[in-house]
Amino acid sequence: MSCTVRIPSPLRSYTAGAVTVAADGATVAEVLASLERHYAGIRFRMVDEQSRIRPHIRLYVNMEEVKDLSRPVGSRDTVHVICALSGG
Amino acid sequence: MTSTLWIGTRKGAFLLRPGARGRGWKLSGPQFLGHIVHHIVQDPREPKVLVMAAKTGHLGPTVFRSADRGRTWREAVQPPAFRKAGDAEEARAVQKVFWLTPGHSSERGTWYAGSSPAGLFRSEDGGERWQPVGGFNDHPQRPQWAAAATPDGDLLHSINVDPRDPRHLYLAISPGGVFESTDGGAGWAPLNEGCAADFLPDPNAPYGHDPHCVVVHPSAPDRLYQQNHCGIYRLDRPERRWQRIGDAMPRKVGDIGFPIVLHPRDPLTAWVHPMDGQTVWPRTSIAGRPAVYRTSDGGRSWRRLDRGLPPSQAWLTVLRQAMCSDGRAPRLGLYFGTTGGEVWAGANGGESWRCIARHLPEIYSVTCAA
Repeated sequence: MSCTVRIPSPLRSYTAGAVTVAADGATVAEVLASLERHYAGIRFRMVDEQSRIRPHIRLYVNMEEVKDLSRPVGSRDTVHVICALSGG
Repeated sequence: MTSTLWIGTRKGAFLLRPGARGRGWKLSGPQFLGHIVHHIVQDPREPKVLVMAAKTGHLGPTVFRSADRGRTWREAVQPPAFRKAGDAEEARAVQKVFWLTPGHSSERGTWYAGSSPAGLFRSEDGGERWQPVGGFNDHPQRPQWAAAATPDGDLLHSINVDPRDPRHLYLAISPGGVFESTDGGAGWAPLNEGCAADFLPDPNAPYGHDPHCVVVHPSAPDRLYQQNHCGIYRLDRPERRWQRIGDAMPRKVGDIGFPIVLHPRDPLTAWVHPMDGQTVWPRTSIAGRPAVYRTSDGGRSWRRLDRGLPPSQAWLTVLRQAMCSDGRAPRLGLYFGTTGGEVWAGANGGESWRCIARHLPEIYSVTCAA
């Protein structure tokens, strides 16, 4: 099952500048694994070694924020990766 | 002074090279603009190789490696990371890779990295793949050793490899103390006797100290120097008790600071950059008058070196990785970078100083490359 992933600017060095990419997977965890297969290193910048979403990263499936990486993803869904940071 | 200087900053990496015919310095970069670069270290075994510890505000920590003296960089295939925690275990994650040390000269491609929270990692392939050093990271006493984090997190730094023995290692945790391994990192023991820890309830605690920078002398590796949160120290092994050589500093200056730099061959000579550690710890130049101090007798006496530095109203802060020497004795060049984005060069072992770069972002590290 293939979905669309929207890549934020800090991670586009991994996708050769692509803003949206296709990824496979029936859950967010599988989508992230699919991204890692295509863009080596990208997952660890978003998710730590304990499989927790990093503090300044937010993941959404369509309009819904993801707290659990086992959240299902459908073929018409878009996974948004959001970078959230403030200050200088 | 002909070395190249790598400058790690809060907003990227910069390079300073001597200008044509030794005139001035040429700044290039930034590389990795916007990345938080804590350390850039050249491999003395393969001088074309550099390793850089980096992250960004949003993204997790990683390591980059160059095999062409910094012209191009490639991200580590497997950056430093703790092992996956078991159900009842503390689930630690590397927040930043803070420190890099090349391994022993006989172990080509071996590197060590220190992280926050305090973790030790080892690569055996030139920085491509990093493994946690379980002997330290999973040591049953590690949670007590690194119990008190600073606002910036507890930091593992000052990884030193005995040039005579690749299995003999030292490291430091801020706060936590100095620790030693004689079996390649499988076992560790505290090494803090004699160091003050005036912030701890037990003045004779075996650990919990705050070493800011610890260096093993490269040509006399039984001699260690330490700039601590509570003074400057020297240790001559096999002794286990540090001697407070900072007591010989002028009382108005004190012996608090972050970096300590050693002469490449003379084990009696070292340089420090004192900072204000009174009351609320401003950590700036004492009285707004920056100076480097040098000992040439193992810490029995210190000489102020401030020619060329601002004489007043200069409130500099120099972090622990932000001072180095070019190792080119006898006319050794010293360098330091400030959190205000200036780089200063001290000719002839710091006898006279001049500013060689300004307007850079907050400087975290200054390292020399041949």
